[in-house]
Amino acid sequence: MIEVEHIYKSFGGKPVLIDVSLRISEGETLAIIGRSGSGKSVLMKHLIGLLKPDRGRVLVDGIDIDAISYDELRKVRREFGVLFQGGALFDSMNSFENVAFPLRTFTDMTEAEIRAEVEQCLSMVQLPDVGPKMPAELSGGMRKRVALARAVALRPRYVIYDEPTSGLDPETSNTIDELIKSLTDQLHMTNIVVTHDMHSVLTIADRAAFIHNGHMHWTGTIEALHESHDPVLCRFVRANEYQIGKPALRT
Amino acid sequence: MRVRTSSLSLTAFMLEPVAALGRYSLLLYHAFRSLGDFKVYRKNISEQMMRVGIDSIPIVALAAAFSGAVTTVQTAYQLVSPFIPKTIIGSIVVPSMILELGAVVTGFILAGRVGARIAAELGTMRVTEQIDALEAMGLNSIGYLIVPRVLAGIVMFPVLYIAASFIGITGGLFVGSLSGYVTAGEFIDGAREFFQPFDPIFGVIKSLVFGFVITSISCYKGYFTGGGAEGVGKSTTQAAVTSCVYILLADLVLAIVLL
Repeated sequence: MIEVEHIYKSFGGKPVLIDVSLRISEGETLAIIGRSGSGKSVLMKHLIGLLKPDRGRVLVDGIDIDAISYDELRKVRREFGVLFQGGALFDSMNSFENVAFPLRTFTDMTEAEIRAEVEQCLSMVQLPDVGPKMPAELSGGMRKRVALARAVALRPRYVIYDEPTSGLDPETSNTIDELIKSLTDQLHMTNIVVTHDMHSVLTIADRAAFIHNGHMHWTGTIEALHESHDPVLCRFVRANEYQIGKPALRT
Repeated sequence: MRVRTSSLSLTAFMLEPVAALGRYSLLLYHAFRSLGDFKVYRKNISEQMMRVGIDSIPIVALAAAFSGAVTTVQTAYQLVSPFIPKTIIGSIVVPSMILELGAVVTGFILAGRVGARIAAELGTMRVTEQIDALEAMGLNSIGYLIVPRVLAGIVMFPVLYIAASFIGITGGLFVGSLSGYVTAGEFIDGAREFFQPFDPIFGVIKSLVFGFVITSISCYKGYFTGGGAEGVGKSTTQAAVTSCVYILLADLVLAIVLL
């Protein structure tokens, strides 16, 4: 379980997160939604200790990750897989090497075992043949899928997706959503999806947390989201061409 | 209010060098602490030694050969007369290469070639979130990225310095003999006459310091890059320029302290 307790964060005197609290239960898929610049990605970076809150704390399985040593934090981070917005594939390595990287670094697997595992991961993201290709040779959607394969290679308990469908065409976005859903079913992971794409939220999330102007404005289940009459939330949701009671459209 | 804002900006501007020194020191501290984590960087170190050292040999050799040759020709032009023995050319060219030119020419070339490459590489990794990806995996990014580059600099710069000095002296001897300013025998006799055993040791110490200065400054500039492609360009330029400035400073300090 991940608990965010009353965190504050500001950059250069400008507050970005103000008294944000959140609880992410084991096995659920939580979508953190909000406008661009609302503080979603900053909150996401707090969950794995890439940023430290000015006040408040983040607990992962009961451990305050800002109060532990760097070496202990690294151990906690190994429970996570992260899909970054642009994929963040290592551009000096091909796709195979990228997926193999965490296996080579953190396990004692033999080369044959690593090869089998990488091939399985690439098959899970429906890209079994891209192993020899460099990241620069892949399309945006393919890069994100290879990055997803890398993120789940160590079978993490928590997977964080930072804008998994941003910059992708609607069809590729659907593919990514379906992949996240099928990987969650196969690997039983807890997912945190940072997005402003309501179609993704409705397709993959169990709950949503809406950040507005640095505040945690609203949290609830997808059913509650459908029924909410909160004007700020409704305005954000409708801006995504979503109307309550009707299927969401891709933005 | 306006006065207050201006004074705050001025304070921030004046404190920035102190903050930069703090960040640089912290980076080095974490790099030093990561030295024991050999498993993290062992795969990277031979690759970095190859890139920093072996790949730089052609350009260093070219620059050193020309430096030696030009120094020989200019020394001959300025000093040779019927009253001064021709051996003076070797007496001046050889210590110049060993004490100064071998290390400084290598340093300047590598500040451009190696320093800019390191800053551009790490800067791109920073702005494309590859460094965040390493950290998020639970890997020590400083140990993985910075330690092998700095170690490669410290190990390979003295090797390049030795090669540069040797090639520079050979270039001077070759051009001096070919142009008729001095015979090979006179050149070597002159070199022997004023040779001090500490000179090459001083050169090695200097190149070792230059290796550390260039790689650590470039790693710092690249690692803390911000602001997209423009930021990478800025870091790359700053890495090369700052390295050159600190090479000159280190050169002077080492000369005062050790000679």
